[in-house]
Amino acid sequence: MKAAVITFPGSNCDLDMYHALVDEFEIETEILPATVTDLSAYDAIFIPGGFSYGDYLRTGAIARFAPVMAAIKAADQQGKIIVGICNGFQILTEAGLLPGALQTNTQPGFICDVTGLKVVNTTSKFTNAFTKSINQFPIAHGEGNYYVDAATLATMQANQQILFTYTDNPNGSIADIAGVTNTNGNVFGMMPHPERAVDALLGNVDGRAFFSSIIASLVNQQEAIKA
Amino acid sequence: MFLAKIYVTYKPSILDPKGETVKDALQRMDFNGVQDVVMGKYFEIKLAGTDLASVEQEVQAFSEKLLINVNMEVFRYEIEAITE
Repeated sequence: MKAAVITFPGSNCDLDMYHALVDEFEIETEILPATVTDLSAYDAIFIPGGFSYGDYLRTGAIARFAPVMAAIKAADQQGKIIVGICNGFQILTEAGLLPGALQTNTQPGFICDVTGLKVVNTTSKFTNAFTKSINQFPIAHGEGNYYVDAATLATMQANQQILFTYTDNPNGSIADIAGVTNTNGNVFGMMPHPERAVDALLGNVDGRAFFSSIIASLVNQQEAIKA
Repeated sequence: MFLAKIYVTYKPSILDPKGETVKDALQRMDFNGVQDVVMGKYFEIKLAGTDLASVEQEVQAFSEKLLINVNMEVFRYEIEAITE
């Protein structure tokens, strides 16, 4: 498995993601700038948190037109795993790779905290290794209030696209939604930071199951191809 | 009742990093006609009252006090009479 972490001007969680992938899960990983136009060598693409292009205009609004986005869309067409955490989630919604949008938190201000996440669906590529139903994940955002219209929400619920919900909704997200996939189940986004909860030294390893899930699904996929 | 539409922008002498970033993005997207982008804030504020002059005074006062930073921003406004 080979992973790419995409760095936009203003991304700041790229090294946390790199650390989680390389040091904790021994995945061959490269950090690539938003100017790359070919991601065909990678099995999984991670868009990290931060403030791409300063979050100017809207979070993710300018990043979605960066050169790398065409390659990310091509990877989606091939069904590759694409993960957006925090600002990465905002970018994926702006790019139309995930439904909905992230707006300003209902309570004013940036929230830096730890929040409970309920695993709603354990059959996905991103949640198959979770054993606990409630997990503690770090959050750090000002615009994490997830919104979708009622019709889209109903479709997402019917397709089991909602993978995580907040146990104590910190930002006003509709239906307590924390993490979602696209209809194909290969693109995932959420505001909370699994990459900050992988190291026992830091006191929280609840995020490890997220990475274990992705690795397990890729291994299964490769075995299926061989067979 | 009046509706004040208030537009806040940077003074021309102040660098507008958001406007510059949007301009760069538009030009990267091959909108080659784009010469300059100013990115500001827009407010719609409903005000009670029947006297336009005093409402105007109020808009002037609160815009300077809260809506703008007088060191680096300017504002302009339109006021129209509305029914509730």
